[in-house]
Amino acid sequence: MSSEPRDQGRRDDRGGRQGGGQGGGRRFIRARKSCKFCADKVDYIDYKDSRLLSTYIPERGKILPRRISGTCAPHQRMLATAIKRARNCALIPFATD
Amino acid sequence: MRVYEVLFIVAPNVEEGDIETLVTQFSDIATNQGAQVTKVDRMGRRRLAYPIGKFNEGHYIVLTIEGTGSEIAEVERRMRVSDAVIRYITIRIDEDLKRAEKFGARRAARAAAGRGRNRGRKTEPVLPIGRDDDSDEEDED
Repeated sequence: MSSEPRDQGRRDDRGGRQGGGQGGGRRFIRARKSCKFCADKVDYIDYKDSRLLSTYIPERGKILPRRISGTCAPHQRMLATAIKRARNCALIPFATD
Repeated sequence: MRVYEVLFIVAPNVEEGDIETLVTQFSDIATNQGAQVTKVDRMGRRRLAYPIGKFNEGHYIVLTIEGTGSEIAEVERRMRVSDAVIRYITIRIDEDLKRAEKFGARRAARAAAGRGRNRGRKTEPVLPIGRDDDSDEEDED
């Protein structure tokens, strides 16, 4: 019983720090993004699948970085080569403006 | 034996019949050199993401060729010379496919092992207790 109020107190403290934002010390914890290809158990990313690749290409035509899409390193590597191949055969633009 | 994927784009002003003759021509070149054309995939007329030459559209065709690699050189040479082909790209896929297969197999094995482990836990509990008893006795000694 005695441990419960202590825990609650701690939580309140944390909330206070977040709300106060003193120097922005406490970082906002976001839910971890997961690799879509791992979830779908994709072993090979086909460069001809332009619909799939286009989801990893923002407006400008660049390759969406890992830190935004949450793709794991091996799959990001596969994706990057696939996008580059697709660009070469005009399935995906090099750049759009 | 290596597996290649040769994708080429035929100009939109070429007629359907001529495309067919082109496809057979290229696959004949490959087979004459001792390779095998395992698949011909016609992706059809598609819009190009950017203009190539003065074209905005093109017929996409993918040949899957199994061979040693020297055939590819010949096919590519012919494509370079041909006016109807506006773009071609060759990709070796056997290594990628092998790796994909390996990953798939490993995943299947892991899934099987996971199941086995769970089964083991259910049936085993007798063994660890016996081990604990043994270790206790040793400590006492």
